[in-house]
Amino acid sequence: MGLITSLIAITLRAGTSLVYATIGETYAERAGILNLGLEGIMLMGAVSSFATAYYTGSLGLAIVVALGVGGLMALIHAFLSITMKANQVVSGLSITLFGTGFASFLGQRLGPESNGRYLIGLTGPRFAPIDVGALGKVPILGAILGQDLFTYGIYLLIPLAWFYLYRTKNGLWLRAIGENPRTADAMGVAVDRAKYGYTVFGGMLTALGGAHLALAYTPGWSENITGGRGWIVIALVIFSMWNPGRAITGALIFGGINAVQFRLQASGTNVPAAFLNMLPYLATIVVLVAITWWEALSKRVGSPASLGQPYVREDK
Amino acid sequence: MTLAFEKRKTVSRTAIVVVPVVSFVASLVLTGALLMIFGANPLATYAAMFKGAFGSGRALTETLVKAIPLSLTGLGVALAFRLKFWNIGAEGQLTLAGVAATGVALFWSPWLPAPLLLPVMVLVGCAAGAAWAGVPALLKTRLNVDETLVTLMLNYVAILFSEFLYYGPWRDPKGFGFPGTRMFPKEAWFPRIAGRAHVGLYLALVAAAVLWFVLNRTRWGFELKVIGNSPKAARYQGISVERNILLAVLLSGAICGLAGVGEVAGISRRLQQGLSLGYGFTAIIVAWMAQLNPLAIPFVAVLMGGLLVGGDQVQMVMGLPSSIGLLMQGMILFPMLAGSLFTEYRIKRVGGQAVRESETGAV
Repeated sequence: MGLITSLIAITLRAGTSLVYATIGETYAERAGILNLGLEGIMLMGAVSSFATAYYTGSLGLAIVVALGVGGLMALIHAFLSITMKANQVVSGLSITLFGTGFASFLGQRLGPESNGRYLIGLTGPRFAPIDVGALGKVPILGAILGQDLFTYGIYLLIPLAWFYLYRTKNGLWLRAIGENPRTADAMGVAVDRAKYGYTVFGGMLTALGGAHLALAYTPGWSENITGGRGWIVIALVIFSMWNPGRAITGALIFGGINAVQFRLQASGTNVPAAFLNMLPYLATIVVLVAITWWEALSKRVGSPASLGQPYVREDK
Repeated sequence: MTLAFEKRKTVSRTAIVVVPVVSFVASLVLTGALLMIFGANPLATYAAMFKGAFGSGRALTETLVKAIPLSLTGLGVALAFRLKFWNIGAEGQLTLAGVAATGVALFWSPWLPAPLLLPVMVLVGCAAGAAWAGVPALLKTRLNVDETLVTLMLNYVAILFSEFLYYGPWRDPKGFGFPGTRMFPKEAWFPRIAGRAHVGLYLALVAAAVLWFVLNRTRWGFELKVIGNSPKAARYQGISVERNILLAVLLSGAICGLAGVGEVAGISRRLQQGLSLGYGFTAIIVAWMAQLNPLAIPFVAVLMGGLLVGGDQVQMVMGLPSSIGLLMQGMILFPMLAGSLFTEYRIKRVGGQAVRESETGAV
């Protein structure tokens, strides 16, 4: 495999979990719900899917469990921020704190007796890259096709998520809810129900991103398996200007940084590993500053106008 | 009959006390349910946790050991949160301050008179914490860059930087490969009060009192309150919003930094792995449970410290994972946030002509 082809392969693999979560959070934010609980949801998706796969041997069931767990976690956030009108920033943070604690608890409790009840250090079934035969040898195309099913999933998800948001009636309503819930309400949209739905959907996709980590990317469970990906995704949503079609760009940048990190580390560079490991976090800051600056210069506001605001219905 | 919600001008006073207490109890019940699912007796677990956290002199001082950094980071976070500046970077501010204080203790100790060493460590540490918080504060006030993400990302950077130092150039050559710096000279140790609890405890209490005074009894505190309620209204009154946010966040970072100085000078007496055990994140829970009130923060910090120490004990005594403390902490904010409907909104029943206001606020 050529250098470019292998870089693309690593980038796609590293970016897959980010794409799922970015599209999930884009939908929630389009409905006006900021969910800072992604990191916790990803962790819960990872631990629950890995435990399921380990015990049942069924990868399909593992995905179903991750979807369910992610949906439930997001449902808590939806209940707190929509029905109870709590501060969305703090509610999201508490989802992350709870998810981190609970995932760690499960990881220390769900394992077999022989491993001290720990899930850490075990290997279970995993999604392997699909063998596409001779096609895998074709430059670039081989990198795109020689991926696991999760990555194939994003090839479908990105265009579908874009189409739904910009070309369907429900997508139009979704955008309306985020921009101006009162108008959407007047148009006859069930605002709260839609907010619930998209927040839960976002949580499910986010947990799927976590499952990809535990079942394919770095198979197994470890307590910091996400390494802040849930937070990077919040920045990626801003970077993609709340457009699911662009979710791939940000993910590719960060997947690419990961790939470069690997390359440099493998080539025995003089730069200490700690500094290489800082790259994704520093890049997030740089990207965030650049996009905010660009928004200010071009006088464009990308974020949905009602993002983070509780919607209080007026008396009728 | 339907319910309608109206935002309160001031938060309900009854609810401010009732909601945190009810929340704590509710989190005990919720965690208890989870414990039962995982085959543990909740009452026995809680009894063991309580005993582990408060049951003996040693337990109590260990709880205080955790309450010190939790108080300080809680105060720092609360100050920023009051201005709706979501500083979730306390972990990084604490870590960088610990690094800076370590630098002073290791490399300036030969040049500084012994009595000056600790004060300089504190000053340099606080400055480092302030600087680390200053980056997102400047980006926010100058360019309107989202502070949540910048503060969080800087946590990772600070922690990786400290790892680089104690695995690399600052590593103790006589440490048999142990990842950590050499021990500080004795003059750089925080005096201890009892057990491992050190004078950081007094610093935390003083910081809480001073912060309360500043916020409630000074002109600056008044300005911050106006900004927190409505930056727009503050601007009309001629208050410089950006400048005040910047100053308050610098102070927030400095207080979080003090926690880091306390950890290296009072507990580990060197820089090593595990400088912060997630204190900067638990600080968010501490601050919110205390309803951002500086005087309540030390008490909540003791409670949260107790959960962490109690969790460790439960692991030893009952074989349950120590992360049960984390789990309970994560659970506490849910009922608390649900309660905001009662603290921040007035609930009206709307049905036919009868419109009755619920006056109590708490239900």
